[in-house]
Amino acid sequence: MDYSAYLVPLLLAFTAIFGMWKRVNVYDALSLGAKEGLDTLLGILPNLVGLMTAVYMLRASGLMDLLGELAAPVLVRLGIPPETAALLFIRPVSGSGALAIGSELMAAHGPDSYVGRVAAVMLGSTETTFYTIAVYFGSAGIRRTRYAIPAALIADLTGFMAAAFSVRLLFGP
Amino acid sequence: MAMAWIWTGMIAASVIYGLMNGTIGAVGNAAMEGAAAAVDLCLSMAGIMCLWSGVMSIMKASGLMDGLSRLFRPVLQRLLPRACRDRDTLSALSGNVSANLLGLGNAATPLGIQAARRMAAGCGEKASNELCTLVVLNTASIQLLPTTVAGVRAALGSESAFDIVPAVWLASVLSVAAGLAAARIFSRFWKS
Repeated sequence: MDYSAYLVPLLLAFTAIFGMWKRVNVYDALSLGAKEGLDTLLGILPNLVGLMTAVYMLRASGLMDLLGELAAPVLVRLGIPPETAALLFIRPVSGSGALAIGSELMAAHGPDSYVGRVAAVMLGSTETTFYTIAVYFGSAGIRRTRYAIPAALIADLTGFMAAAFSVRLLFGP
Repeated sequence: MAMAWIWTGMIAASVIYGLMNGTIGAVGNAAMEGAAAAVDLCLSMAGIMCLWSGVMSIMKASGLMDGLSRLFRPVLQRLLPRACRDRDTLSALSGNVSANLLGLGNAATPLGIQAARRMAAGCGEKASNELCTLVVLNTASIQLLPTTVAGVRAALGSESAFDIVPAVWLASVLSVAAGLAAARIFSRFWKS
């Protein structure tokens, strides 16, 4: 049984009823949030146009496959599908870049395929590490970041391996 | 500037490799396809993104974010004991974590920065152990509903766009645990 089928409708009903119980104007809050969602999307769109152009070109040139083949010996040992090689490199650096590569992977392999699911879980369970570090340390006036970058990258690598592992565990290879 | 280098690198690399490989014709077509695909993707996920960010905004207005914040205080007090002695830092920290959980990036970042500033006060330009822990916590995403990814999957015709949610939770928890463990181990011997 696909329990996630319950997730969406139940969550919608719960949010609406809980909000009304808390005397929130849920409809106003919904439209306000939806507008924010649209703003986010409008912010991503110009970036995605540039980056998806680049990603599609990389794929068509054959370089993406070459990268996968080169990284395969290491990635296979870590249990990570080599098709996702480019995603691993871009994920800590650029959020829109990762979204571009991730969605290209999902489109090429199918969103419900093993590689498509692993790409989705990788995107969902990691962050744009370098951007986050720059924002936090930059605004706090910290120059010597000590071990923050290696520790964060260990978290990312674990996230990538765990993404492949959990998709195999929950959906089969 | 980093993005300019990455983007130029990607374009140049695919053109050079395309010329070497004889796939330059396909590279040209792909450039047009990619640009169109970006707009297609955004349009087809717009509905889902708007709906869920609306739902999250209801949750925030209903006080669910504050509830989550209270839930996370004991955890944060164990992770960042020194910072949490200060009441305002604790409330910024717990707000940061709960906004991250709900995927409210716009709310999470200012709260996190506020906490980081308070924690950095008086320790000069060198990051303290607790500040490193806070940053690791924020670079490892924990999100209850990965709405953007679900939006992409739905836009590409997934049968059940949210079926990856348990896998995302598992991967996030493992990743955060590894990051925090690494930070703890590094803090023992990292001098500079």
